[in-house]
Amino acid sequence: MFAFIVRRIIQAIFVMVIIAGIGFTVQNKLGDPVRDMVGERVSVAEREALRDKLGLNDPFLTQFGRFVRNAVHGDLGISYFHNKPTVDVILSKAPATLELVFGSTVMILVLCFPIGIYTAIKPKTWFSRFVMGSSTIGVAVPVFLTAITLIYIFGVELKWLPSYGRGETVDIWGWDTGLLTADGLLHLILPSISLSSIMLPLYIRLIRSEMMEVLETEYIKFAWAKGLRRYRVWLVHAFKNTLLPVVTVFGVEIGILFAFTLLTETVFQWQGMGFMFLEAVERSDTALLVAYLVVVGVMFVVINTLVDIAYGFINPMVRITGAK
Amino acid sequence: MGHLLEVNGLEVKFALRFGDLTAIDGISFTLDKKEKLGLVGESGAGKSVTGFAVINLISKPGFISGGSIRFEEHELNRLPEEKMRSIRGNRISMIFQDPMMTLNPVLTIGTQMIETVLAHRDASKSDARDIALEKLRKVYIPSPEKRLEQYPHELSGGMRQRIVIAIALLTNPALIIADEPTTALDVTIQAGIMELLSQLCETENMGMILITHDLAVVSQVTQRIAVMYAGRIIETGPSDYIVNCPRHPYTIGLINSLPGARKAGSRLTQIPGMMPNLTAIPPGCAFHPRCRLQEPVCKKSRPALEPVSAPEHFAACHQVDKTVDQDKLLNLLNEDNQ
Ligand SMILES: Nc1ncnc2c1ncn2[C@@H]1O[C@H](COP(=O)(O)OP(=O)(O)OP(=O)(O)O)[C@@H](O)[C@H]1O
Ligand SMILES: [Mg+2]
Repeated sequence: MFAFIVRRIIQAIFVMVIIAGIGFTVQNKLGDPVRDMVGERVSVAEREALRDKLGLNDPFLTQFGRFVRNAVHGDLGISYFHNKPTVDVILSKAPATLELVFGSTVMILVLCFPIGIYTAIKPKTWFSRFVMGSSTIGVAVPVFLTAITLIYIFGVELKWLPSYGRGETVDIWGWDTGLLTADGLLHLILPSISLSSIMLPLYIRLIRSEMMEVLETEYIKFAWAKGLRRYRVWLVHAFKNTLLPVVTVFGVEIGILFAFTLLTETVFQWQGMGFMFLEAVERSDTALLVAYLVVVGVMFVVINTLVDIAYGFINPMVRITGAK
Repeated sequence: MGHLLEVNGLEVKFALRFGDLTAIDGISFTLDKKEKLGLVGESGAGKSVTGFAVINLISKPGFISGGSIRFEEHELNRLPEEKMRSIRGNRISMIFQDPMMTLNPVLTIGTQMIETVLAHRDASKSDARDIALEKLRKVYIPSPEKRLEQYPHELSGGMRQRIVIAIALLTNPALIIADEPTTALDVTIQAGIMELLSQLCETENMGMILITHDLAVVSQVTQRIAVMYAGRIIETGPSDYIVNCPRHPYTIGLINSLPGARKAGSRLTQIPGMMPNLTAIPPGCAFHPRCRLQEPVCKKSRPALEPVSAPEHFAACHQVDKTVDQDKLLNLLNEDNQ
């Protein structure tokens, strides 16, 4: 198991270097740090001198090495619009995005398991048919449409839920959280539902089909033959086996969830990294874009590695052999 | 003495898209306490379905459509599910064919044993664990404490099948249904497992239904044999008689195709043709298209199980008079009388 964890971490570092490489290339080709620093008015000669001084005319690998070294120290350049280190800008926006992703993850997890299991065990009930039917639709409806519909129904017409911004937040050790205030939680509901609406139907279907497959196996038949109670067969014997593929997929899907925060945050004016990213695109704030790419990439890799390690803990085959 | 198990006119159907498929077509048999009955037949004859019908665990879309199954004092196919559950895995245990597939890959052996005890006994976890250890010793598993912590994939096939047998023993059942318990195992360990199972039936006072397509194995282990063909029992009787003087042409064919058991001078033969698909069972005797003795009557009417020469020996064949091997029969009857 230890060897397995070490290997996963080495792989993760490898992936991070690649991400850094992509980030650096983007910055190298698109960005102009000199413009970012001094603006357009300074003369060409002066800019060229500054370039030399900053090492921008150094060989590619030297520059890349510097980029990685700086990145490891938490320095990903300066955002020319915010006039602050990009990492600071991103970190100030990160809690909003992470809480949004957290909110929808919780929503997905809380709903997908009971619904997925139920629809697998009782596929013929009207509830199961309804879920399967609406999940087909759910997969096809774009997130912004879900979001706008939700805003219209619950925000505009019924006026039950806020549909704009994060609401009241409190500062806990530098983390700006909306999870601890009633107002913040209320503001989280609609964005979380919108964001989870892309994944939830997929998860329900995944869990359902995995579960149905497992229920057909010999070991489940043997579990019945042993005279176990049905909840034991369903929740211990069958469910534990459906968990493996679900956890694997989860690692990948959470990246997609991050990608969709761009849309969700924009629709709900949610002041997170996604919102910031789109602003940065409008302002051609290259340094900030690259920093976003690297930070989100690293987060993604870290989450994926954790998920893989969790997988190792669930799956005894991995635990023993350290392989697979 | 009342029988331990009495199956009467059992009928099992599968509800398929094009209509109901009759997989078991009215079979009857009995099993006494501590008795061993062999259920043999080609693949698809309905052996496993019969076994699962007894514990009311036929996989969908199958269902018991007729007949009765009486076990101890219970009418099994009329029992409410919760009552049935308390018998299943408790009074009647089942052993499956492939030990690689029967144990849950993500649960330890200990979990899978202890839960079985707890499902049927009002015991504490540590009591259940002690019972598990006791049964593991009974099937000669080395260092049983260690096994409880292990996962199925850490153990060999033979070891796993012994663990499955130990699980079957946990609740001291009165009946074990063993569905091809050695087919999936290495040839070298098959005999050992069979021997163990057979001995345990003696020492633990269990009856057994041994399902297999291997007549040679079954004749060494069981007192009686029922031969199935296309969802029916076509011959049944004491193992000696079935093996040494079979009366149904199908059974004769099975015996003749056994390498060891053939009569001196006769050729080793395979039965020509294949068992019919259940959707296209020929009219009359289901075996007639493959039968060398067939007469016009065989195509028209379906033979019933009728007593033949020896006691307790029944065969369902119109041509049964042609299959008597008088010398063998006399020898057997003489042996019996001594
Ligand atoms: N799930 C099912 N759906 C439809 N038909 C089935 C199903 N299971 C079994 N059957 C039918 O029941 C018949 C008997 O199957 P069964 O498994 O009892 O055969 P068997 O004698 O145990 O054969 P084998 O030696 O291959 O195990 C099969 O031929 C098949 O037509
Ligand atoms: Mg079978």
